[in-house]
Amino acid sequence: MEFDVVVVGAGPAGIAAATLAAECGRSVCVLDENPAAGGQIWRRESNDWTDRFVRSGAVLQPGVTAFGRDGAELLTTAGRVPFGKLILATGARERFLPFPGWTLPNVMGVGGLQAMVKGGLPVEGKRVVVAGGGPLLIAVGAYLKKRGADVRLIVEQAKLSSAVWFALSQPSKLPQAIALRLQLIGVPYETDGWVINARGKDRLETVNVRKGTDVWTEHCDYLACGFGLTPNTELAQVLGCEIRDGFVSTDEWQETSVKGIYCAGEPTGIGGLEKALVEGRIAGLVAAEQSKRARAMFGDREYWRRFQRELERAFALRKELRALCPEDTVVCRCENVTLGALTEQQSWRSAKLQTRCGMGPCQGRVCGPALAFLRGWKTESVRPPVAPATIGDLLL
Amino acid sequence: MTVRVNGRTIEVHPNTTVAVAIAVTDVPGFAPLCAMGTCYQCRATIDGVTYRRTCLELCRDGMEVRTDGV
Repeated sequence: MEFDVVVVGAGPAGIAAATLAAECGRSVCVLDENPAAGGQIWRRESNDWTDRFVRSGAVLQPGVTAFGRDGAELLTTAGRVPFGKLILATGARERFLPFPGWTLPNVMGVGGLQAMVKGGLPVEGKRVVVAGGGPLLIAVGAYLKKRGADVRLIVEQAKLSSAVWFALSQPSKLPQAIALRLQLIGVPYETDGWVINARGKDRLETVNVRKGTDVWTEHCDYLACGFGLTPNTELAQVLGCEIRDGFVSTDEWQETSVKGIYCAGEPTGIGGLEKALVEGRIAGLVAAEQSKRARAMFGDREYWRRFQRELERAFALRKELRALCPEDTVVCRCENVTLGALTEQQSWRSAKLQTRCGMGPCQGRVCGPALAFLRGWKTESVRPPVAPATIGDLLL
Repeated sequence: MTVRVNGRTIEVHPNTTVAVAIAVTDVPGFAPLCAMGTCYQCRATIDGVTYRRTCLELCRDGMEVRTDGV
């Protein structure tokens, strides 16, 4: 069966796009790798948007990975999906920077630990350090505390002035920021600092934290460490969409450089929930040929794109973080390649060919962004399939 | 519901991901990082099917999970 509109990703952007296109009478199918809709921010959550999505008539196909294209058919792990219009809402993933001990069990991302807890991981009474950078640290710190974790410390790499300025400069977000901060009373929050190593025999036992010239040890059961978000542009790339400065280029209608393929949310710029929702709505309306209604949302979108730029500025990675990874620390976890093994490599391509860095199962999704920061490499090459696929998926 | 991880039977609540089931059995070296299907560190065999990202799958009663081999 061919759907008028196929949406890849059932996070906020995909939900908004699918809902609006379906409400305009189009047949809509939404594919997502997860067992349920919601993406990351709405994982295990129902709200007005998810209710509206269910009522809209859009069909959700969970547990499906899209990995390429053959003409007007999307290649997926559930077979070929013919599409009229395609909306990519593939979201973002965490950006990880390697440091000694980052491969120990119980060292996870910030969103990573939250996702595990939402997936049933018990954290009541467990000691947690939350580290890295970006507003996610506060949101997840508060969430973990609410779930009974003993949050020992939240440590943000940005300068205090950047973090405070950001909070004050976003009046629409100030109530939320204050609420989160109140939930975290009693939890030390440090800026200008970072975890310099994680130690333990079979799993994490301690981390060392540096702030200025101070270095101290925290005993903990979990370390949630991540440095902001990086866009999931791989599917867009393999479909031929133009990428600029690491993000999917779109015009005012959220259309990519490939006619009939749209993109909404984090892959066009890391701007958070509201940007994803407005871009998703615009894409859904345009796919349903309702451009006048879409145009009415352009002002709202511009507001959240300004927020995106402020976010990037406030939480930009500091150059001191390049020193976090010594030569003998593994950068590519899939293929076990240390930073030292990459010394002679001058590019991502030569690193892949000579050391197999980036050639493992994750296809460079973890080490690529890390090396883009550590070595300044352009790490965006993709080949189909952009997710491991079986022979069965490729037949027919 | 019950699932088996490397031959060991454990009880899990509904809506528990397979990655969490593996994590609570303390399988040595199991180090999921992103828990959202992008890092591939949580790979395991589920009911005989290899190379599954366990963070993207929910436990089912009687599920067999093995972390050796992939």
